[in-house]
Amino acid sequence: MSATVGAPTPDEGVLRKSLSYLSGQLRQVGLFVALIVIVLVFQGLTHGITLSPRNVSNLVVQNSYILILAIGMVMVIIAGHIDLSVGSVVAVIGALAGVLNNKAGLPWWVTVILCLVAGALVGAWQGFWIAYFRIPAFIVTLGGMLMFRGLAQIILRNTQISPFDEAFRQIGAGFLPDLGGGTSYLEPLTMVLAAVAVVALVIQGVRARRARATHGLTVEPMAWFALKTAFMVVLILGIAFLLASYRGTPIVLVILGVLVVGYSAVMASSVFGRQIYAIGGNRRAAELSGVNTRRVNFLLFVNMGVLAALAGIVFTATLNLAGPSAGDGFELDAIAAVFIGGAAVTGGIGTVGGSIVGGLIIGILNNGMTILGVGTEWQQFIKGLVLLAAVAFDVFNKRRSGRLAS
Amino acid sequence: MAEDTILEMRSITKEFPGVKALDDVNLTVARGEVHAICGENGAGKSTLMNVLSGVYPHGTYDGSIVFEGEECQFGSIVDSERAGVVIIHQELALSPFLTIAENIFIGNERARRGWISWTRTETEAATYLRRVGLRDNPATKVADIGVGKQQLVEIAKALSKEVKLLILDEPTAALNDDDSGHLLDLILELKRQGVTSILISHKLNEIRRVADKVTIIRDGHTIETLDVHGQEVTEERIIRGMVGRDMTHRFPDHTPTIGAELLRIEDWTVHHPLDRERVVVDRANLTVHEGEIIGIAGLMGAGRTELAMSVFGHSWGTGISGTVHKRGVPIDVRTVPAAIRHGLAYATEDRKTLGLNLIEDIARNISAASLGRLARRGWVDQNREHVVAEGYRAGMNIKAPSVSVLTGQLSGGNQQKVVLSRWMETDADVLILDEPTRGIDVGAKYEIYTIINSLADQGKGIIVISSELPELLGICDRIYTLSEGVITADVAREAATPEQLMQYMTTVREEDHV
Repeated sequence: MSATVGAPTPDEGVLRKSLSYLSGQLRQVGLFVALIVIVLVFQGLTHGITLSPRNVSNLVVQNSYILILAIGMVMVIIAGHIDLSVGSVVAVIGALAGVLNNKAGLPWWVTVILCLVAGALVGAWQGFWIAYFRIPAFIVTLGGMLMFRGLAQIILRNTQISPFDEAFRQIGAGFLPDLGGGTSYLEPLTMVLAAVAVVALVIQGVRARRARATHGLTVEPMAWFALKTAFMVVLILGIAFLLASYRGTPIVLVILGVLVVGYSAVMASSVFGRQIYAIGGNRRAAELSGVNTRRVNFLLFVNMGVLAALAGIVFTATLNLAGPSAGDGFELDAIAAVFIGGAAVTGGIGTVGGSIVGGLIIGILNNGMTILGVGTEWQQFIKGLVLLAAVAFDVFNKRRSGRLAS
Repeated sequence: MAEDTILEMRSITKEFPGVKALDDVNLTVARGEVHAICGENGAGKSTLMNVLSGVYPHGTYDGSIVFEGEECQFGSIVDSERAGVVIIHQELALSPFLTIAENIFIGNERARRGWISWTRTETEAATYLRRVGLRDNPATKVADIGVGKQQLVEIAKALSKEVKLLILDEPTAALNDDDSGHLLDLILELKRQGVTSILISHKLNEIRRVADKVTIIRDGHTIETLDVHGQEVTEERIIRGMVGRDMTHRFPDHTPTIGAELLRIEDWTVHHPLDRERVVVDRANLTVHEGEIIGIAGLMGAGRTELAMSVFGHSWGTGISGTVHKRGVPIDVRTVPAAIRHGLAYATEDRKTLGLNLIEDIARNISAASLGRLARRGWVDQNREHVVAEGYRAGMNIKAPSVSVLTGQLSGGNQQKVVLSRWMETDADVLILDEPTRGIDVGAKYEIYTIINSLADQGKGIIVISSELPELLGICDRIYTLSEGVITADVAREAATPEQLMQYMTTVREEDHV
């Protein structure tokens, strides 16, 4: 996202330049290509169901909570930690939401605020042990996984809570209002939002290029920039078109969009984001450069707790049900998404965008195989294989570039 | 003179995409000699040794290797070790939680049908340890012995593989003078026992002391092979071959302009973090003035790094007492951010584990300690960051095509320049430089000295910690000697001699050792 390859020598042709640039971006490009190939394969196998408007809408809604978790998880993993507790946190927050919204009859926004605060407290609890007691995150969150699962069952007394009020349910299952009144062929608001997003994307891209150029820094080749931007534009418009021909923009997509843009910026260019990469790359060196590693680690887990709570709210709202086994195994899907998305097990490397694509790959595999009637046993098997293949590709790629460098 | 040749490498050429690391390199080593290889970092020494030891398998390079009269086609390290070529890398490859004996026989276990014979392991280990002059119990864990002894364990391990040709890559880089001396004696002893050695070293005095021949490599070419016993081979002669130019002065000329007192450390006492009773730095007093370069000389374990790190944000030790004054005002140095705020900087001796984020690029490593200055409301101005970093790349002569290159891919000298750039960017007033030229070749050392001088000329106070006395005598205005945590002397450069400093460095206070 940030790094550019060294200035190409002027005698190289445009094609050559683009190709050499591309090879430096192999990981990112490869990930996108993999996603597209998987989508196309399923599109063929399911005879067009995968990219049908209804299914695309479902894909967004059904994967949103994993993607929200993946955003927090990639940050945790970049810093060299792991969080095994997020699935259980989803359950305990769902249970809390049930008590607040269903039993106590609190309005949706009070429920949401209290749930997010509870998530922050959960994160603070774990962050305290990890950051200030220096207990490995694996242990603390393994403990958390058991504790919060138990707590969810205690709160629910091993039953389920349902239903939630209409407004709360909208968070997971709702759509932005249909400006066409449900009669138009394409829902207008969705297309307007997409157009705004496209314009913002292009302006932002051109601006960043110009800023780099005025600072005398090398910019990526024009052809590559144009291709990349065009691809993103087509992607956004395509998804918008599909959503608009169904019920419009799911509310969770708006939440997710804000989170992806916001957290990408945080990781790329905020001091906090930089400190996370610094800690993951070399903790002691970060400390000796003046990074307050304890504070950063603590905040990282508070952040993860809040995002897990948000995922819990969305999940509960989607199902309109708080159950004791909610979120079971979510942590593994989120972790898999992050590693498929190119994060390093040893920390210091990873991006929010990559993790989102990784999460989408998992989501589309789940969705496609379910449509095809593949049993869960084979789904698990294949997902495991994909994770392994993605990381193997990384290792191979690193070894190749390592050879180049030495 | 009919010499028995053990190894001949003929016109070795090794290319990496875009770079010719070795170009028609020839090396002939006679049986039973100590053959030194020297050259600047990046000259191709390590590549050559990797070709020899099979790290780069046969077929990935051009040329031929004849060892013991036979043409070799090593496919891996296992092949070369079987033939009797053992390489000991600069970074030791021992497992800290295993015993000495277990480490010696890793991958080469004394076993029958997969079951280890502990008696054989321990008795044979003891034999090899005797050969390297180590009297420790083979059942001691490697983590419990010092780096110097660990190096000896590595050699014992090589001996257990029935080594005929031992390659030592910078073996004394991490050792103090005592341990280095012992190691060099051992190389000579092994020579008497018939082991041929190839010694890669930056330290020219060591080469003079133990080597019979020295081959100089520069930019992937063999420049020349000199007979060390010949009269004409002086250190200057070797340096000239390495850098391709005369270096009559190893240290740049510098006339200091010393101003007012900048930093004063008083009654500084530090205890060991694991053993709170143990005093590591004992009531140390030290001052540095504006524009002054002071040195701290001490043997390994004297508490040099511990003193520096404890002052820099209490980042080492417990039970720290004493005061730090800057321009006469007491300052709080209890945390690293506070120390940085008060204008202190500490460039570590251990660039790879404490200094750099090796998987991050040059720009981000340079900005790491001054993100606050490069950011507005928590957001980093990445364009400015790159511009700043590019400025250092040009100004400090960091050899890399751009600041987007990962620091892990740089040579030691360039990594050190990145570390120095980081601290210059914080605009610190007092820079503590811990072994600033360790593992750096002669040409780059000169550049680092020049940078240090220019920092002093800007009115900054510089504290240099170094194991190399000539270095301290070459660049410092004043030298403190440290012995077992106690500052034993404060000597002006003009008055100092290596012998006298060494005496102060080994002084032991009587009252502490009843």
